[in-house]
Amino acid sequence: MKIVIGQGSCGIAAGAAKVYKALEGINTGAFELGSTGCIGMCFLEPIADIYDGDVLVKRLVHVDEKDAERIAKAVCENDLDSISDLFITDDDASFLSQQTRIALRHCGIIDPTKLEDYTAIDGYRALKKALCEMTPEEVIDEIKTSGLAGRGGAGFPTWFKWNAARQSVGDRKFMICNADEGDPGAFMDRAVIESDPHTLIEGMLIGAYAIGASEAIVYVRAEYPLAIINLKRAIEQARENNLLGENILGTGFSCEMRIKAGAGAFVCGEETALIESLEGKRGMPRLKPPFPAQKGYNQYPSNINNVETFANVAWIILNGGEKFAQMGTPDSKGTKVFALTGKIKKGGLVEIPMGMTLREVIFDIGGGIRDDAEFKAVQMGGPSGGCIPADKLDTIIDYKALGATGAIMGSGGMVVMDQTTCMVDVARFFLDFTAKESCGKCVHCRLGTKRMLEILERIVAGEGKEGDIELLEELCEGIKDGALCGLGQTAPNPVLTTIRYFRNEYEAHIKEKKCPAKACASLLRYSIDADKCIGCTACAKKCPVAAISGSVKQTHSIDAQKCIRCGQCASVCRFGAVTVC
Amino acid sequence: MSCDCKNVNSDLSLIEETLQKYASDEGNLITILQNAQEIYGYLPVDVIYHVAERVGVSPARVMGVATFYAQFSLKPIGKYLVMLCQGTACHVNGSERILRAISEELGIADGETTDDGLFTIKCVACLGCCSLSPVMMINDDTYGSLTPEKAVSIVRALKAKEA
Repeated sequence: MKIVIGQGSCGIAAGAAKVYKALEGINTGAFELGSTGCIGMCFLEPIADIYDGDVLVKRLVHVDEKDAERIAKAVCENDLDSISDLFITDDDASFLSQQTRIALRHCGIIDPTKLEDYTAIDGYRALKKALCEMTPEEVIDEIKTSGLAGRGGAGFPTWFKWNAARQSVGDRKFMICNADEGDPGAFMDRAVIESDPHTLIEGMLIGAYAIGASEAIVYVRAEYPLAIINLKRAIEQARENNLLGENILGTGFSCEMRIKAGAGAFVCGEETALIESLEGKRGMPRLKPPFPAQKGYNQYPSNINNVETFANVAWIILNGGEKFAQMGTPDSKGTKVFALTGKIKKGGLVEIPMGMTLREVIFDIGGGIRDDAEFKAVQMGGPSGGCIPADKLDTIIDYKALGATGAIMGSGGMVVMDQTTCMVDVARFFLDFTAKESCGKCVHCRLGTKRMLEILERIVAGEGKEGDIELLEELCEGIKDGALCGLGQTAPNPVLTTIRYFRNEYEAHIKEKKCPAKACASLLRYSIDADKCIGCTACAKKCPVAAISGSVKQTHSIDAQKCIRCGQCASVCRFGAVTVC
Repeated sequence: MSCDCKNVNSDLSLIEETLQKYASDEGNLITILQNAQEIYGYLPVDVIYHVAERVGVSPARVMGVATFYAQFSLKPIGKYLVMLCQGTACHVNGSERILRAISEELGIADGETTDDGLFTIKCVACLGCCSLSPVMMINDDTYGSLTPEKAVSIVRALKAKEA
């Protein structure tokens, strides 16, 4: 029997490394201990899988280091029923069984530190097939048949980019991976690199062969230390086994690969800004054309794809583009990974065929809203995307259908919100983000996002004016049209979608000076219900600004002038006497 | 900002190995600055001048890069860098309350360092552990599912360790 611990970043944060250490400490050789990457069931971390040979016998969830001893005992004595309290429930297990995994096919199954784990399940067979049996044009054709589109957000057909780079003439060509996953709320790229780094390397090599590149660069966010460590190790392993470098597998094809750690700038997710950053400069986007396929890194023809895009490539080459294209809708083929987070019961990574509805993802797979609260909106596509309301839950996941709602497919962040989330504040939150991350090169983005942010800040502070909504809409149109790159052009989306679907919330803030979600502190009024207050003094003791008066066993009251609306009184009151309106 | 280059006296020999390896190519500027920050804990102004000279670019160009990226700091950072995630999921799940609680506990605001040089608070973009939101990272350790109380107790435990 073998115990395998999921040790992705989320698992480790939840305590998986401690569990592993505890098991290691008591293991005298009676069982085998291993690790794997991200299983994607973040809501159940830390997770321990018990294998008999290659067969997963039981999945244990929410394990604690204190459980180590009894888990070890149960495994050694073949008495798993003694730890049945740790077994995953059928309901929770359905989170995974309802998915179709291609990009994440090895995540949580193999040990990302071992090349032999990857090769044992078909690893590098697609590369061999491409190099030995296919011409570069045939590889591009296969990708064209698959209908694979860029998973980073734009959804541009991958074969088209590859073909443009292939036809571009240059002494050197570069295959670049955009692993600068900056969209707040998206973490699938991190999971792939951490949990299955060889899939990325293999996908990139096949792409490099197709476009005729002999150098490959992976631009990874510095905030992903574990991803960098695992990828570095995998590159070394590939090099040692002649899967990288000179004359790969004796086919005459040569390609080098290196990692470049980003230094923290969201705009570097834009491909020309990423190239500037690779060249050691400030990450400011370039004017297109020329496109990277003509003049990219150091002016050489370059092709840039996202991690998830590359993670599909080896599968497509092995199984055929046709099979990939059978999944999805006429417009959007294959599967897409989403990071399901926010006020959701079961948060984690979800990979599903295109064409499923948002409702199926959020309610069937994700189990619905935490604490059975009411669904309000789902934010898709991060700062470039938008908020989709409840009456649009039957929208299918498809580039066009999602685009029609005003949101975008994006890189796959799916943040679920309930009635406690204020939509005006969400718009302010994203504008705060884009205003800070705007590189400053073009005026529309640099000043436009700043002006929008100022208006939104005024509205949430209760200082909104008649005409603010219209002014915001006008600014949105101007920025969309005028901004140089994708960051600026899409920055208005969070504002436009919240105005479109939640205009009444904007109006409540502006006209009635009220926040319907009771989230904007400046608009809240705290008071004490005399019928419920028993005079326990708990709130008065907790109040940081001494705004609450009243003696023992007497009804207390709050001085609205002094109150800073921190809400601590409401959280300490055991009688529900503090009301907020 | 007044120039304090005369007041800093960094040991420039520490960065020599990095410069030998990378200074010949201007494209390596970010890598050089990342190494410098690793060595000195921040980017001292005399190191910036030194790097500029060795790479063969103007100090303004190096400064431009150093101030563009969030990772670089021109001021010394504390022994414990408390990075508070400001991603969407963390925001929706109350990251603001975590920031308030930790700021209060340490007596510093976002971007500041405590007088004893132990703690720096930095609000950062998404750390990618959204399912455990709200999340913070202290140096290389990630802490998830935070409440204001839990966050404060983590910081207090570190304080106690240093006392």
